[in-house]
Amino acid sequence: MMSEPILKIENLHVIYKTDESTVYAVNGVDLELFSGETLGLVGETGAGKTTTALSIMRLLPDKIGKVVHGSITLEGTDVLTATEADMRLLRGSTVSMIFQDPMTSLNPTITVGNQIGEVLYLHRPGISHADIEAGVDNILEMVGIPAGRKNDYPHQFSGGMKQRIVIAIALACEPKLLLADEPTTALDVTIQAQVLEMMNELKDKLDTSMILITHDLGVVAQTCDKVAIMYAGEIVEYGTAEDVFNGKNKHPYTKGLFGSIPDFTKKAYRLSPIEGLMPDPTDLPAGCKFHDRCPYCMDICRTQNAPAIREGSHMIRCHLMAAGGKGEAWE
Amino acid sequence: MSIPLIETRNLKKYFDTPRGMLHAVDGVNISIQAGNTLGVVGESGCGKSTLGRTILQLIKPTSGEVLYNGQNIAGYNERQMASIRRDMQIIFQDPFSSLNPRMTVRDIIAEPIRVCKLCHGNAEIYERVNKLMDTVGLASRFENAYPHELDGGRRQRIGIARALAVEPKFIVCDEPVSALDVSIQAQILNLLMDLQSDMGLTYMFITHDLSVVKHISNEIAVMYLGQCVERVNSDRLFENPLHPYTKALLAAIPIPKLMPRKRGAGIIKGEVSNPIDPKPGCRFASRCPNASERCLSEELRLVEAEPGHFVACALYE
Repeated sequence: MMSEPILKIENLHVIYKTDESTVYAVNGVDLELFSGETLGLVGETGAGKTTTALSIMRLLPDKIGKVVHGSITLEGTDVLTATEADMRLLRGSTVSMIFQDPMTSLNPTITVGNQIGEVLYLHRPGISHADIEAGVDNILEMVGIPAGRKNDYPHQFSGGMKQRIVIAIALACEPKLLLADEPTTALDVTIQAQVLEMMNELKDKLDTSMILITHDLGVVAQTCDKVAIMYAGEIVEYGTAEDVFNGKNKHPYTKGLFGSIPDFTKKAYRLSPIEGLMPDPTDLPAGCKFHDRCPYCMDICRTQNAPAIREGSHMIRCHLMAAGGKGEAWE
Repeated sequence: MSIPLIETRNLKKYFDTPRGMLHAVDGVNISIQAGNTLGVVGESGCGKSTLGRTILQLIKPTSGEVLYNGQNIAGYNERQMASIRRDMQIIFQDPFSSLNPRMTVRDIIAEPIRVCKLCHGNAEIYERVNKLMDTVGLASRFENAYPHELDGGRRQRIGIARALAVEPKFIVCDEPVSALDVSIQAQILNLLMDLQSDMGLTYMFITHDLSVVKHISNEIAVMYLGQCVERVNSDRLFENPLHPYTKALLAAIPIPKLMPRKRGAGIIKGEVSNPIDPKPGCRFASRCPNASERCLSEELRLVEAEPGHFVACALYE
């Protein structure tokens, strides 16, 4: 028997509606995540990565952000129809989120020990004061901060340490699913390496599944089992890390992303960037969303949505694949 | 060898803080030949931006010399600097806060031309602005737009056009691409490289990203807590990094390729120590895997470990 996925997202559409315009942030995302897996959600600013994560937490901005279509099932609970009280129980214990900026996601007026303790207090009804204290000490040691510092305030810690505290809060109740939204983007490289290493260890230890949102393919290569490349609210390529990094075929956008990264292990004097800009999410083009930047654009791309072509575990959403055009244009 | 366009000699900048002297730049010697690019790499707080600004005299140095074409400009007053400003420009990191939100794109780019009185009459000025916009790849339909209407990549192009407006010889690029998305980052890096080969510009390229710096630099200086710890031509730095900090920096870069995960290999522990009244000895000693007694007591100088390869580390003395 196949085990049930922890998270299942089907055909998710999310819009942000303001008086002037409607932003089509997520346009038909399907995702599945099994226990213990790490999924890298890769894309540039405005691709809809964070919106997808916020929808899972049901934390889209009130009144403006709206799921218009689709379903999200988390551990058997339908997130979109659950009551607010149920969601509160879910957040922090079954699913928790790490935000990008550790400087602003902690409360500056509460000691870090109390901020971690709050999670335990809320999700373990009847827990004793002594147990909370012991729990906080334990978690702090786990993320590599001496327990003696639990009475310090956030401003007394460096950026890397603050991010460790945010991670400690997220992992306090050993959630089944961790959504990490660019957890290391604000950190220096040597600190980033430390934090990623620690997250990998903790994930294995607690058997947590993780969605790692990032724009850095290097980070993905080091941490993820599966990769989803997002562009303009759609997943344009999906597969195991092996498929996406070493696969025979790539989506033209993925190819562009790889070409844009300066690779210091190779000698090259010019980068090959993707020309042009991401389309305006209030006014998305017809057909394939990538067509006006795509070097392999065909007539059909301008008018018809690209089909999802699957080859084993590897999915690419591109007309070129459908046309069987694996020949000269691809290589 | 000809006189370098830019040279610093034992350049220091200390900031007086309530808790003591903050050693932002502490005895840095660099030189850049005309037409070349020096990459300055280091993590936040290592003094790389302060170094750039001190060279431009936007911050007055505490001591030491800044030589421009062999002439010491440290301590020049505003009037004396005015004649040199035209030759030295800067591109800032944040394209959101470095542009005046109340000026149109055209006026932002025209401002340095007006200040330096390079053209007379609006017609002439705007013709020049249009040429500049064309050079950096900004469509002329944006000339009356305000910065907030444009995305990060286009704003950074405005910053570049503004720096180019006075036909400088030397540009300090202070993390010009770190606020941009990867696909846009590559466009801007290519633009900067094209401009350099077309106009013979000299760059000092400040960044925290070693892979970017390899791409664009002839020579790289690695900084740690106000000091230059290694300096060598860029290919050699990647082939044969000598300083333990450089090795750690290289090991920490996530490489976008699948390879067997070597857990924990080469990751250095600890964080940058306090730059206020630093202890004597090597500043990296507290994190260094090879630190010895000597590192804690002696000041280290850059020594030539192999021809053209300078490193400040007790291992190579």
